[in-house]
Amino acid sequence: MMRTLLVRGLLAGLLGGVVAAVFAYVVGQPLMDAAIEVEEAAAHGHDHGDPLVGRGVQSTFGLLVAHAAYGVAIGGLFSLLFALAYGRFGAWSPRAYAAVLATGAFLAVSLVPFLAYPANPPGVGEASSVNARTAAYFGLLAISVVAAGIALYVATRLTGRWGGFNTGIALTAGYLAVVTVSGVLLPGFDEADGFPAELLWDFRVAALGNLVVFWVVLGVAFGALAQRSLPAHASASAQATGLRQAGAS
Amino acid sequence: MTQAVAIPAPQPVSIPIREILPYAILVSVLALAALYFVSTDNNAMTLMAEGYVHEFLHDGRHLMAFPCH
Ligand SMILES: [Zn+2]
Repeated sequence: MMRTLLVRGLLAGLLGGVVAAVFAYVVGQPLMDAAIEVEEAAAHGHDHGDPLVGRGVQSTFGLLVAHAAYGVAIGGLFSLLFALAYGRFGAWSPRAYAAVLATGAFLAVSLVPFLAYPANPPGVGEASSVNARTAAYFGLLAISVVAAGIALYVATRLTGRWGGFNTGIALTAGYLAVVTVSGVLLPGFDEADGFPAELLWDFRVAALGNLVVFWVVLGVAFGALAQRSLPAHASASAQATGLRQAGAS
Repeated sequence: MTQAVAIPAPQPVSIPIREILPYAILVSVLALAALYFVSTDNNAMTLMAEGYVHEFLHDGRHLMAFPCH
């Protein structure tokens, strides 16, 4: 079963990556081009000057491969999350599990780090701070994922005693407290000086939209694929349980 | 008693942790390695592929909201 789910996760992730790449190309690339013009006009920071890989390749095939690789990797991890969660939070369908988990994973993996460290186009961010920015971004991402994972585990323990609603409220509040305090304590970066505000906003909306597209396609596609493989598994086991009960009575 | 047994409503059957665990280790290692390649503006990578992979994946990194340059 895990093997089947893994293959489906990889496929759903690949599909999500490809669809997001199309979105990124159509919505994001014009903004990338505009940002690079601003960056070159300002002529400070990292100079793209004479690229090893042409801009035409970076913005098309490179964009697709980056999204596809991200999609396959996240799709594989998502199938693990699904396998761990499925059947442990209540009698929902595989589709419903996939939808809830994809929404939660989008929040923990993409949205929370984005709110603290939003996407920057070329031309925003000092070259000297890239290591510090990378460390802060992945630090908050790690804290967010670990906190969400702990909350999920605790939820399986508490739901029986507190009920689903109270458990959900308490653990969501706990998770938000952890990532909020972490986001405040981690360093901030104020490096958009002189960059057109409208273009920066548009780029960030495009990047966030790109992540939303990816997670929506992943969640819906994985749910549809899992729905087709799991009901037979569930009803066969339920029948086996029924037979055991009949034998015992 | 040999009465007809009521057919139970389909319940989701959770997957045993011991079945998930080997996949979890393998997939986590491979996926994190792939994400490291895609998402970071990494020096070791830059040396290894002389910057080709880094620049090839450049636009994706920016548009997937990873810190880049
Ligand atoms: Zn860059």
